[in-house]
Amino acid sequence: MNIYVCIKQVPDTETKIKLNADSSWIDTAGIKWILSPFDEFAVEEALRLKEKNAGSTVTVLSAGPTRVVEAIRTALAMGCDNGVHIEIPENADNNYAAKALAGALKKEAKVDIVFTGKEAIDDGSAQTSQLIAEYFGIPAVTVVLNVEYGATSLKCKREVEGGAFELIETSLPALVAAQKGMNEPRYASLPNIMKAKKKEVKSLKGADVEASDADQKIRFKNFQLPPPKQAGKKIAGDVPVAAKELVRLLHEEAKVV
Amino acid sequence: MAKVFIVAEHRDGKLKKSTFELIGASAGAGNETHVALLGDGVSDLAMELGTYGANKIHLAQNPALKLYNAEAYTHVLAEMVKAISPEVVLASHTPTGRDFMPRLARRLGVGLASDCISLTFEGANIKVRRPVYSGKATAEVEFLGSGPRMATIRANALGAGKADASKSGEVVNSSASPAEQKTKTTDVVKGASARPDVTEAAIVVSGGRALKSGDNFKIIEEMADVIGAAVGASRAAVDAGYRPHRDQVGQTGKVVSPTLYIACGISGAIQHLAGMRTSKTIVAINTDPEAPIYQIADYGVVADLFQVVPALTGEFKKIKEH
Ligand SMILES: Cc1cc2nc3c(=O)[nH]c(=O)nc-3n(C[C@H](O)[C@H](O)[C@H](O)COP(=O)(O)OP(=O)(O)OC[C@H]3O[C@@H](n4cnc5c(N)ncnc54)[C@H](O)[C@@H]3O)c2cc1C
Ligand SMILES: Nc1ncnc2c1ncn2[C@@H]1O[C@H](COP(=O)(O)O)[C@@H](O)[C@H]1O
Repeated sequence: MNIYVCIKQVPDTETKIKLNADSSWIDTAGIKWILSPFDEFAVEEALRLKEKNAGSTVTVLSAGPTRVVEAIRTALAMGCDNGVHIEIPENADNNYAAKALAGALKKEAKVDIVFTGKEAIDDGSAQTSQLIAEYFGIPAVTVVLNVEYGATSLKCKREVEGGAFELIETSLPALVAAQKGMNEPRYASLPNIMKAKKKEVKSLKGADVEASDADQKIRFKNFQLPPPKQAGKKIAGDVPVAAKELVRLLHEEAKVV
Repeated sequence: MAKVFIVAEHRDGKLKKSTFELIGASAGAGNETHVALLGDGVSDLAMELGTYGANKIHLAQNPALKLYNAEAYTHVLAEMVKAISPEVVLASHTPTGRDFMPRLARRLGVGLASDCISLTFEGANIKVRRPVYSGKATAEVEFLGSGPRMATIRANALGAGKADASKSGEVVNSSASPAEQKTKTTDVVKGASARPDVTEAAIVVSGGRALKSGDNFKIIEEMADVIGAAVGASRAAVDAGYRPHRDQVGQTGKVVSPTLYIACGISGAIQHLAGMRTSKTIVAINTDPEAPIYQIADYGVVADLFQVVPALTGEFKKIKEH
């Protein structure tokens, strides 16, 4: 099988976000970058599918500035076979990225399945997976907890609200966006980290995949940091007194119960 | 004033509160408010949409729309939008809304601002702001080019819609039909819990590692049931097996924005805050006065949760009985 995974490089979850001088984007200086957590489940699922189907390859794609090649190397160290980097601007939107990624997929001889994460933790958009599928012309199933693989079809368990699941059947080729719980991502072993350095990462420009600044449909602007919160009220006294006072405040002051 | 098109959402024969929020906000701003209602045997729900301020309800009924199906929904909605030509297209940022809206945006060739937490109407345009970097910052979204402005809105962000029995909307049967689908939704397996969903509830009570066992969550559930709250959990509580992953609040769990969030025995790690910092009122119950959760809490009780939670349950009962 020809298996593809789209991954995004994002700031580490511990990052303290600062804004640039004119608040048009964040200040990216000094940020530690990681593979977006949900994309780890996508990579793991791709590797497990490869292991069940002898002769398969897993190709990792990422669109973004040059730094994202590090995230591709992380996925290669987990066991993916080769990578494709598509150079697009730092602040390209989901539509621009999706068009570039679909364009790169169109250059491949045969695509059987594409894995993504259910959302990237930087913009938290939950859009790119569906957009890639639309541009590439294949079905997409999002927020997937489990997949049963058939020869030409898939049965997916999709998480919805209230602990319910939708059972969705689709035909291959298809895109599957991974939710946490789909699997337990592996760690890269030292030998695999060494091997990953020698694996091929192809480099494409936006123009090679027919993506350009004209594909940008939205732009983030006027970034703001959350206003510092006023110190809250710590309610003193013995538990019964404090509980009574808290409930009074929630009822009469905050008016939320 | 704008022509606004809102996609209604329903499950198990009931319209979602988040749909009423969108209609209330649009109608409240004096917009011409169109609502799309897709399903099979859902005409009863159409009238209710009118009481919240919908001017026109476009009803598309088809067996292929009985269960949510991304391809069928996208096809029908794209036809409707092309026929109605709205200036603004809105849906809730729910598991359903967030799934079809990007596909619809692509069919219409426009951009989508997803998971917005504020929305104002400005003539035929909208002004929206959304969290980025898990709520560590927010950004305004500028729409480039022409075409309808599309956004999905986080549940509870706009304030509840209000029904007014004297209002009604015109119901029209839409001729839009779902095309052939490559994807079939074969079934929906219901969740076991009768409690509201964490992402939709107006109140969420969450427990952390300090609960020490799944059984101990009973005290959290009892309090939740008195105030009609959903039960959430920290990742530490989920990883320890006290709660299922679907209850996890935070960076790799659910993002919630209730009017009241009560954190019991949760330290307030940055990844937990990512999932609940837009809550309107935050309460912390934690024995450690230095716990980071107190930096964003509006109210706190620095004491043992095993004493505080049952005491709160008792007090909540008293005000609920009044
Ligand atoms: C990539 C990544 C993603 C993550 N995603 C998430 C996520 O989605 N959600 C999430 O929650 N975490 C997430 N985490 C984990 C996060 O960093 C914390 O480890 C976790 O939130 C801690 O959970 P906790 O507050 O329950 O436990 P602890 O940090 O151990 O806190 C327990 C608290 O209980 C208090 N306490 C103890 N006994 C009592 C008592 N009897 N009464 C009252 N208070 C008491 C203690 O003072 C302490 O503050 C993520 C981490 C990473 C690296
Ligand atoms: N620039 C990108 N390069 C590769 N994959 C991406 C990119 N942006 C988003 N994705 C994929 O799409 C998923 C959803 O991202 P988002 O729409 O940003 O929430 C991510 O988890 C990735 O799998």
